[in-house]
Amino acid sequence: MKSAVLVFPGSNRERDAARALERVSGVKPAMVWHADTALPAGTDLVVLPGGFSYGDYLRCGAIAARAPIMDAVRAHAARGGLVLGICNGFQILCESGLLPGVLVRNARLRFICREALLKVERNDTPFTRRYARGAIVRYPVAHGEGNYTADAATLKRLEDEGRVLFRYVMPDGRRDDAQVLNGAANSIAGIVSEKLNVLGLMPHPENHVDPLVGPTDGRALFESLVGALEKA
Amino acid sequence: MTPSEPKITPELVAEHGLKPDEYERILKLIGREPSFTELGIFSAMWNEHCSYKSSRLHLRGLPTKAPWVIQGPGENAGVIDIGDGKAAVFKMESHNHPSYIEPHQGAATGVGGILRDVFTMGARPIASLNALRFGDPKHPRTRHLVGGVVSGIGSYGNSFGVPTVGGQVGFHTRYDGNCLVNAMAVGLADADKIFYAKATGIGLPVVYLGSKTGRDGIHGATMASASFGEDAEEKRPTVQVGDPFAEKLLLEACLEIMEAGCVVAIQDMGAAGLTSSAVEMGAKGGLGIELDLDNVPCREEGMSAYEMMLSESQERMLMVLAPGKEEQAEAIFRKWGLDFAIVGRTTDTLRFIVRHKGEVKADLPIKELGDEAPLYDRPWVETPRQVPIDPASLDITATLPGALERLIGSPDFASKRWVWEQYDHLILNNTAQRPGGDAAVVRVEDGPKGLAMTCDVTPRYCEADPFEGGKQAVAEAWRNLTAVGARPLALTDNLNFGNPEKPEIMGQLVGCLRGIGAAAKELEFPVVSGNVSLYNETNGRGILPTPTIGGVGVLDDIAKMATLDFKANGETILVLGVTTGWLGQSAFLSEILDREDGAPPPVDLALERRTGDLVRTLIADGLVTAVHDVSDGGLLVALAEMALASGIGASLAIPSPEMNPFAYWFGEDQARYIVTVEGSAKALVLRRAEMAGVSIAKLGTTGGDRLNIPGERPIVIDALRERHEAWLPIYMGAGLM
Repeated sequence: MKSAVLVFPGSNRERDAARALERVSGVKPAMVWHADTALPAGTDLVVLPGGFSYGDYLRCGAIAARAPIMDAVRAHAARGGLVLGICNGFQILCESGLLPGVLVRNARLRFICREALLKVERNDTPFTRRYARGAIVRYPVAHGEGNYTADAATLKRLEDEGRVLFRYVMPDGRRDDAQVLNGAANSIAGIVSEKLNVLGLMPHPENHVDPLVGPTDGRALFESLVGALEKA
Repeated sequence: MTPSEPKITPELVAEHGLKPDEYERILKLIGREPSFTELGIFSAMWNEHCSYKSSRLHLRGLPTKAPWVIQGPGENAGVIDIGDGKAAVFKMESHNHPSYIEPHQGAATGVGGILRDVFTMGARPIASLNALRFGDPKHPRTRHLVGGVVSGIGSYGNSFGVPTVGGQVGFHTRYDGNCLVNAMAVGLADADKIFYAKATGIGLPVVYLGSKTGRDGIHGATMASASFGEDAEEKRPTVQVGDPFAEKLLLEACLEIMEAGCVVAIQDMGAAGLTSSAVEMGAKGGLGIELDLDNVPCREEGMSAYEMMLSESQERMLMVLAPGKEEQAEAIFRKWGLDFAIVGRTTDTLRFIVRHKGEVKADLPIKELGDEAPLYDRPWVETPRQVPIDPASLDITATLPGALERLIGSPDFASKRWVWEQYDHLILNNTAQRPGGDAAVVRVEDGPKGLAMTCDVTPRYCEADPFEGGKQAVAEAWRNLTAVGARPLALTDNLNFGNPEKPEIMGQLVGCLRGIGAAAKELEFPVVSGNVSLYNETNGRGILPTPTIGGVGVLDDIAKMATLDFKANGETILVLGVTTGWLGQSAFLSEILDREDGAPPPVDLALERRTGDLVRTLIADGLVTAVHDVSDGGLLVALAEMALASGIGASLAIPSPEMNPFAYWFGEDQARYIVTVEGSAKALVLRRAEMAGVSIAKLGTTGGDRLNIPGERPIVIDALRERHEAWLPIYMGAGLM
């Protein structure tokens, strides 16, 4: 699997993403600078890491979405290439038009860093094939603006097309939109593009891959990607 | 264009925080009246914050050496060897005064400053901690300060990208007028690639890097060296504004420029900005420095030499570059979008010369600016000793379960989850022990090694007996590191006190320092960096003496790390150490009986060491399943914390029927740990304790969902947790989510 991790000024989980990719796939990803205009030849997977790109003093991800490298990412996605945006990466994907909707400030207006329980809604995607359908997994969240929102028509379309891939759930596995930790519409934690090749996800699977520092529920997401690319 | 400079008058001198005799000293030193810019430079260098003029004499007594110490106090941060060619670089620093005036920015820039201190030395920050003290929760300003300080720390660290892994939050009415924000940062570097402030080489370029200079923070260090009156609000313009994004870029650019071999000397612009950084680099290297302010990147137009020299704009660095490296260094900085300007040269004149628009604005002897700063042997009196509390003399109407429930839901003991969930404590993917344990543990690169870190002090003890309180702060940090299985290596101290011109306050400082020194020596736990914050006083009322100790230790294998939660039902609970039922200055006395008196518990350092060394080997040998140090709140609070962390209860016994049960369960005798053992290991652990000469006693057995004390109503863990988790979110008006 040939992967590329984008580095914007202010990215800060790029090392975590690279480490998780290397740990699971055995291959070091290329680190690609925001000012570059092309991805390394043969890139299978592009990862947009977490952080505060350009300080996120404007709308989160708004400036990064206009960085020179993003044209190459759009072209890669249009070709059906895999794209994973985590946290700030999800925000950038929304701002760049690769995914619908937007992430606004958490409902309680505070940054939240804690483990969240997520339901894997489907396992027939390149990101989730190593999970059981309906599995409940634990990934940490670390965001101030992870409150996913979109207009009613978009939400309906996402639901009808089965594009909500990860959803926040309560300890008993039920979804409770009134209690969801950041206020996200329909308890949405992660959505995919129509062609299922672009995933935007607020929680951090890359921080749950190593038993020495916590749970390992995030591993299967990276293993899914390795598996999907081996098959391809 | 240059506005005419004010005339030097006694009033102007006083406004600069300089006493008449200090001004006389300046006149004698330079043989003439200083220019306005020079007066500003002296005020920046000679204030308490930068010169340590009240504390320097007494700081000399601290032990600062050990075979593993690479750099002790005097640089931007302390450096210790942690093996495998790696070094830990760390320091703690206060941002108390600014945080009281403007809590969000004050705390944020405190974090920014300490991170900069660490990466200035060539280390990548791997963890951040903070020790916070606020006033009485009922005081009208407290909620505002808690909210602002926590959001400020979070916003800076989260954006910069360092995990905030631990700390302390306490409340006491004596902090009503002065909150404390002590920020600590820990970095990792190659032991042979540490960078220092000492300039070498004549005629080399002095380079300004980072953000532009504005008018913010002028006289910040002077403000931080004075007491507050009613006018604290008016000092808001002296607080700087932080930009964690700029700092993140500065970090990456600095590490890249260091890696490329461009850097001879480097100093961050913290307190007293350009003045202090330039003087320090020259004075340490025995060189002169000439600055040309026309080249300083400014954010605002028409800034005077005086303003540029005293600005405390954040996220700036000063470097001496290696010969011929200008172009390479500049290219790296431009890539990161940062300002880069050659603003001066090193010289062999030992003069500090500042030019602006063709005029010499300052021409001062560089070494004397630091070395000849006033040094005071301020008068001090010893704090009167208090007598120990006799438990039999106490009129206690509470029950044991009732007292535990009140304590565990009280401001000091209630869960601080509301705080640390606003800090990204997981970024970098190395946080092996998350907030809530005895010490945080952060994996070193890919392991198996880890660094343990903690912040500790019990201000009540320090107020009652500065010497014992100082000892206790060091001992508790050492104990917390030990309790996770780490070998304590070194400490950083952040000494927060009131007005040192009062003999009783000075007596607290002297006493605490003696105690810190005695414990650091006996425990081989040297002081490698630190910071002094005096004048934490408002309208004549000082804070409790608060010498915060930040400890760092190393674990050879984080897989063997100990945690405090009970692991399984049916395990034996043991306490190591001696329980006498010491209630003086205890949390029980303060919270349940509303009195803060008596002598605090003494610390037997030899016993402390013996007990800790035993616990560390028990952990390394895998003989204990859970470990928790016993600190304020005593045995019952410690047991409750172990139960809360796991959801497993315990059946307890009372091994000392002759002892007052409140004294037994809530006494705060030092040098104690609670451990749990599986049945098969119990005999071996008892034998090890006997061989080590450490008292050991059985407290009970784990199991069930409640704490059972014979003859008392059961304490249900879930109900206890509700109390524990409720106080802070409800206080902050946030609801329970």
